[in-house]
Amino acid sequence: MANFIKLSFKKGELNQKLADIFKGMMEKGVVNALLAPMKQPKRGVMLTLVTDPFHLEAIDPFAPVAPVNGAKVVSSITAKPSGRKMAVVLRSCEIRALIELCKLKQANLEDVLLIGIDCLGRYENLDFVKLQAAGESSESFIVKALAGNTENSGCDVSGACKICEFPVADNVDLRLCIIGTGTDALYIESLTPKGDQALEAVGLKTGDTPGNREAAVQQLVKKRKEACDAAFAQYRASTHSIDALEDKLANCINCYNCRVACPVCYCKECVFVTDTFRHNGDQYMGWADTFGTLKMPTDTIFYHLTRMSHMSLFCVGCGQCTSACPNSIDLMPIFRTAAQKTQQRFNYQAGRSHDEKQPLTVFENDELVEVTGQVK
Amino acid sequence: MSEFEPKIVGFFCNWCTFTAADLAGTSRLSYPHNIKIIRMMCSGMVDPKYVIKAFLNGADGVLIGGCWPGDCHYINGNLKARRRVAMLTEILKEYGIDEKRFWLRWIAASEGTMLREVVSEMTAKLKALGPSPLNREAPGKEKK
Ligand code: SF4
Ligand code: SF4
Ligand code: FES
Repeated sequence: MANFIKLSFKKGELNQKLADIFKGMMEKGVVNALLAPMKQPKRGVMLTLVTDPFHLEAIDPFAPVAPVNGAKVVSSITAKPSGRKMAVVLRSCEIRALIELCKLKQANLEDVLLIGIDCLGRYENLDFVKLQAAGESSESFIVKALAGNTENSGCDVSGACKICEFPVADNVDLRLCIIGTGTDALYIESLTPKGDQALEAVGLKTGDTPGNREAAVQQLVKKRKEACDAAFAQYRASTHSIDALEDKLANCINCYNCRVACPVCYCKECVFVTDTFRHNGDQYMGWADTFGTLKMPTDTIFYHLTRMSHMSLFCVGCGQCTSACPNSIDLMPIFRTAAQKTQQRFNYQAGRSHDEKQPLTVFENDELVEVTGQVK
Repeated sequence: MSEFEPKIVGFFCNWCTFTAADLAGTSRLSYPHNIKIIRMMCSGMVDPKYVIKAFLNGADGVLIGGCWPGDCHYINGNLKARRRVAMLTEILKEYGIDEKRFWLRWIAASEGTMLREVVSEMTAKLKALGPSPLNREAPGKEKK
């Protein structure tokens, strides 16, 4: 399929090229707003909502950082629609989470032109700021990362990214492709009529094909899958009991940052911060009496297992949980391994398609007979 | 050392399994006292949290009893329960809580005999399986 447009750029001009395209889209009224990663006046890169094209200069979609999972940001803008058309630039883990939020009616893509970037990984927030201060740019990152090297001044992309099988974003209108395109060209791929129209409006005609792309994507996916299998096997070998899980979570302080950062922890109010878990003194004393001791705060493992039972069907492996933990607990493998099992059980994959129903929202009379093993 | 008596937490639907337990009682069908029954309005009301909490507090087994498919008084609570059980089983298995410890069974109000059979079978199987790794009171385990 030749649904691509080649966009050659000179060194240091990638962001300018993209800014020009989005400027065109806004001026032509394809969209009224753009949500994309932008350089911030002080430091860092954050998702920024732009309604005046003048500010597009700061755009930096390939910045290897994701301070928050953008699905939550899109949710906050679209759950109660503004009625204005918005282009949104996100990476795969954000888009997959966003699809789950749409199913939960916590986001709405009706007025959204969804644009996915090829993602080669993200650094932790503070590492990124450090690299940025040292003069690293998105372009220099892309060149090195495409050559298979993401380590930089003692920092590396997050563990989640190293085992992510989805470097390319699906279910989008447009794709900004950098894998298999050569380092001096970006290809824009259109996947929907909405995407076609947006490109046409700014005078871009598809018709190019990046020769190496398919093979390059496949190779990267394969590498990531192997890394993922190995990481899961290693995790499971070391953590196959509640006792081992307690060991992994020994430093947890019940701050619940991991669920705040998680894009698919969907409850409006987490039960663990409600009165259900606010007890009277005599209750704590009673529990302490049972074994003579009670670790405070209580219910740490209870919280994590309950969270799994809520979100594992939707976990997209973004690793924001790990990034958010103030005690450096690597939560991503904990949640991703559980997610693999629960999703497999229902032949479900979080974020794969808008049409697949979330497993706990549908049920049949004659299914899962093995659960009870009883037939009438 | 005394023989290991498994502790089973039963979440029984008011309209079927709980009534079956009542029936077993009035018909003088005795069943193992290992089960501690909690009456629910429907098997679909059993929040996965309840099951997790039971296991974390040392239950050797959890038995959810619900109406047969088609008979749920809230139309499909039991079918939702079945999906939740399938989901939760996968998580518990990852951390060494065997699916042999976590049962869902359909037991109608009239099936007092079946209730007795299911509870007896589960008790026997759990005895063979031994205490849950989280049971801190089982014989041979030190308090920790
Ligand atoms: S559990 Fe962690 S890896 Fe999974 S979606 Fe939530 S934040 Fe991302
Ligand atoms: S972010 Fe870390 S410390 Fe806070 S609740 Fe999650 S695991 Fe525990
Ligand atoms: S009423 Fe018995 S399972 Fe729903």
